[in-house]
Amino acid sequence: MPVVPGPVFKALADPTRRAIFERLTRDGEQTVHSLTRHARISQPAVSKHLAQLKRAKLVRHRRCGRETHYSARPQALAPLLDWLSVYGVFWRDRFDRLESLLERMEP
Amino acid sequence: MTTPAANTRSLIIERDLPHPPAKIWRALTEGQLLAQWMMNNDFQPVVGHKFQFRADPMPNWNGIVDCEVVLVDPPQRLSYNWGVGGAESGLQWLVDWTLTPTPNGTRVRMEQSGFREDQQAAYTGANYGWQKFFGNLEHVLGGLD
Repeated sequence: MPVVPGPVFKALADPTRRAIFERLTRDGEQTVHSLTRHARISQPAVSKHLAQLKRAKLVRHRRCGRETHYSARPQALAPLLDWLSVYGVFWRDRFDRLESLLERMEP
Repeated sequence: MTTPAANTRSLIIERDLPHPPAKIWRALTEGQLLAQWMMNNDFQPVVGHKFQFRADPMPNWNGIVDCEVVLVDPPQRLSYNWGVGGAESGLQWLVDWTLTPTPNGTRVRMEQSGFREDQQAAYTGANYGWQKFFGNLEHVLGGLD
């Protein structure tokens, strides 16, 4: 539970950003222009979302002439899967404590 | 109807304990007993009751779990929402306890799962679609080297 990969969760809590990230994962590197065509929001809005995804290290970019190309970094998702293992330890520990409490309680 | 946890990542822990369900129910629902094995809390076994579990703060976690009781069916079923980091973080799960009598005591089952489609409406602002997200995550990570 202490593991809260905040930036990653926050970046992906927004459905539009999730859609952008999924598109980059599925279709590979793209420019803001081509992302905007699918997003049904303005280009500045797409850029803003991309900046947040970048902050969470979920996308990277490279400049090529006047265009910036964005691509997904799915490996940045790995911390999200940690919650399963973290909570696994957490709950097993709590079950141990529950068992010892039950031993101490009156029947 | 939605099959439980069909579209979510969930964590299930089961343990057979040599105690009757009624006794385990008390440990799960009486605040003072609950504090002895879980965390300090203001839990009450009342559907809709909002409460907190509080532990010592640590890096990346303020020590607070925001919860709301979803289901109370003594002495066999108890569920509450489990939120970490406030609503804006989107870190919301459901914790579901099931007690089943066995010849020697009780089977205790805890399932912690992401929100399911049929529960999302009940969660204000729940637009996060974690069940879809975790499904995609698996797909994405499956494609990694």
